[in-house]
Amino acid sequence: MFSRRWFGVGRITITLSIMFPMFRLLSPIILLVLGLAGCDSGADRMVTVEFWAMGQEGERVRMLLPEFERRHPGIRVRVQQLPWSAAHEKLLTAYVGRTMPDIFQLGNTWIPEFVALRAIAPLDERLRTGSNLALHDYFPGILATNRLNGHTYALPWYVDTRLFFYRSDLLAAAGFSTPPTGWDGWRQAMTRLKGLAGPDRYAILLPINEWQLPVILALQCGAPLLRDQDRYGDFRDPRFRAAFAFYLGLFESDLAPPVSNAQMANLYQEFANGSFALYVTGPWNIGEFGRRLPAAIQPDWNTAPLPGFDDAPPCPGQDPENGAIGVSLAGGASLALARTSPRQEAAWLLLEFLAEPAQQAHFYQLTGDLPARQTAWNDPALAGNRHAQAFRQQLQHVQATPPIPEWERIAHRIAYYAELAIRKQMSVDEALTALDRDVDQILAKRRWLLERGLIP
Amino acid sequence: MIGPERHAALSGWAFLAPALLLIAVFFFLPVMAALALSFTDFDIYALGDLQRLRFIGFDNYLQLLQSPLFWIALGNTAYFVVVGGPLSVAISLGAALLVNSRLTHGSAWFRTALFLPVVTTLVAVAVVWRYLYHPRYGLLNYGLSLFGVEPIDWLGDPNWAMPAIILMAVWKNFGFNMIIFIAGLQNIPPPLYEAARIDGANAWQQFRHITLPLLGPTFLFVALMTMIGYFQVFAEPYVMTQGGPANRTMSVVLLMYEEGFRWWNMGYASAAAFVLFALILAATMLQLQLRRRGSS
Repeated sequence: MFSRRWFGVGRITITLSIMFPMFRLLSPIILLVLGLAGCDSGADRMVTVEFWAMGQEGERVRMLLPEFERRHPGIRVRVQQLPWSAAHEKLLTAYVGRTMPDIFQLGNTWIPEFVALRAIAPLDERLRTGSNLALHDYFPGILATNRLNGHTYALPWYVDTRLFFYRSDLLAAAGFSTPPTGWDGWRQAMTRLKGLAGPDRYAILLPINEWQLPVILALQCGAPLLRDQDRYGDFRDPRFRAAFAFYLGLFESDLAPPVSNAQMANLYQEFANGSFALYVTGPWNIGEFGRRLPAAIQPDWNTAPLPGFDDAPPCPGQDPENGAIGVSLAGGASLALARTSPRQEAAWLLLEFLAEPAQQAHFYQLTGDLPARQTAWNDPALAGNRHAQAFRQQLQHVQATPPIPEWERIAHRIAYYAELAIRKQMSVDEALTALDRDVDQILAKRRWLLERGLIP
Repeated sequence: MIGPERHAALSGWAFLAPALLLIAVFFFLPVMAALALSFTDFDIYALGDLQRLRFIGFDNYLQLLQSPLFWIALGNTAYFVVVGGPLSVAISLGAALLVNSRLTHGSAWFRTALFLPVVTTLVAVAVVWRYLYHPRYGLLNYGLSLFGVEPIDWLGDPNWAMPAIILMAVWKNFGFNMIIFIAGLQNIPPPLYEAARIDGANAWQQFRHITLPLLGPTFLFVALMTMIGYFQVFAEPYVMTQGGPANRTMSVVLLMYEEGFRWWNMGYASAAAFVLFALILAATMLQLQLRRRGSS
């Protein structure tokens, strides 16, 4: 590629060769050598941004990139697609091996961990100066998961939360032509669903290896989960205990079967044949249900925001207005810049581009991933999706889990002790005491680091 | 001057050097590093900044030995080894005898068919077995229901999950041992059987007094390899149950994997690896000892 610099060098060489006849002989050689060097420097000016993204996002995001490269002719983007199952490990390995990409996708619960590693470049400076990114357009609860110790480390790319997927026909048969409100109402509905379903079928599927619902219920009850700046577990708190007991009650009353995810040979078949009428899950299942459920069932399923606890037990003292929609988890994936990247400028341009509402809406059409920018939800494709509307409501009521690297591990212990309590191998008090003990041990290193000021 | 012996030794080392170098770099060095890691609290924090690393002596080992989960995992692993190991050896021996029998037609075909599970991807196998084990539509429960057996929740019932995993693992692995047994059987000179038959020995007597003793070395090899392999059980529970229900299929290696690569507690995971190594070493020594005493 011929660059402007090449012409500059060429001009000098020609001038010199006019001035000195000796140069005339050498000039072709000099021009050739410098010309090659000029080629190199031309390629240098073309910046290649390395972008790692996971699963189908890594595949589909490529379709957005021609527009980006058209707008920024000096930048090329190379997308590496990582499978979700290996992504976390690959990013950590890349960090250790100093082969981090310039920009990468990560689950927003991973952010505290990558911040602890100092792998992410804070975005504060870029957001303050000359950015036209409207932060207030993001769902506030989701944006909060990208902030830590007063810094913004990443921007939400698409969002994820948990809510009800339900069989509207079965619910109608149980006497609820519109979804009930509040946990009280839903609990009644579940009892009736179970009554109609018989011994082999259930009202709700809550895979016992998942920590999400017990944690959601605890957040709804206002339980702090951890105490003293996340130094210790706080699971014997009465609010957590109440939520935990409510969760166990769903199994005890036989409304939910004690099965794990691994046991569900085909979840969609089971949902279609009415093995359960309710399922708490995330947005990816809008697409999956649409593809995998038989056509006859398609009109008979819908989504609803999670209910909250109104002033009734088990969580007294809750605002009665909370009854309609209760909080759920602020999940999703974000985009971050690597701290060590020498191409942060170009990578930031890409991040800004992917954050544009138009690109977010386009990305939704390509993947079904729900946009993090609220304006993108006005796009007709998304506004017309009846199953997505409950998510839009729910996303106004989301809350983050404790922002510490140990959280995933703690959450895993919560599910473990919940399972033991469901199987009656432990009483509620035994389970919560053991949970506190385990979590205190998991957090021992964090306490030591905090004491010595090695982490903020 | 280099003497001829010295010369031979030198060229011997020279020939060995590439292999030794590879083993040193890719085996001994990592093992030593892992041993060193097991005395630290190397974790995600230390990965970011080595100031956050502590040398903690034997704390990881003590913590491991005090952890209920480790003992559960050890118990499950022992269950898997003690039940699955002999079962696998017995079934592979039985299959080898059948395939090797003079009465079997098309033994090459059987040999291939029975070896197939060994070369099949475990994940694919696990998906199929998950269907077989399904409590409501599973083929296995359907078969049992013909005999009036109540449906069993194979992978969901804490008491049945490990037997279900063992069954699948044995089915998946016995083909390999079978091939080794067949090789061992074919090494037994046919005249021995002929002589025994002339002396009036029946089939059981032939098996007891000719086949078994002459298979001794093969037997020892198969038993040792199976035991060592079964101690390291990982993939079967990893894909079938992820250690559940209620940790009843959590194995030591699965625990090590979870601690190391899921939670990045490299120090603790390394300690678990060395404890398992010590156990396997001890069990192997014990088995060799028993064999030696048995043969003398």
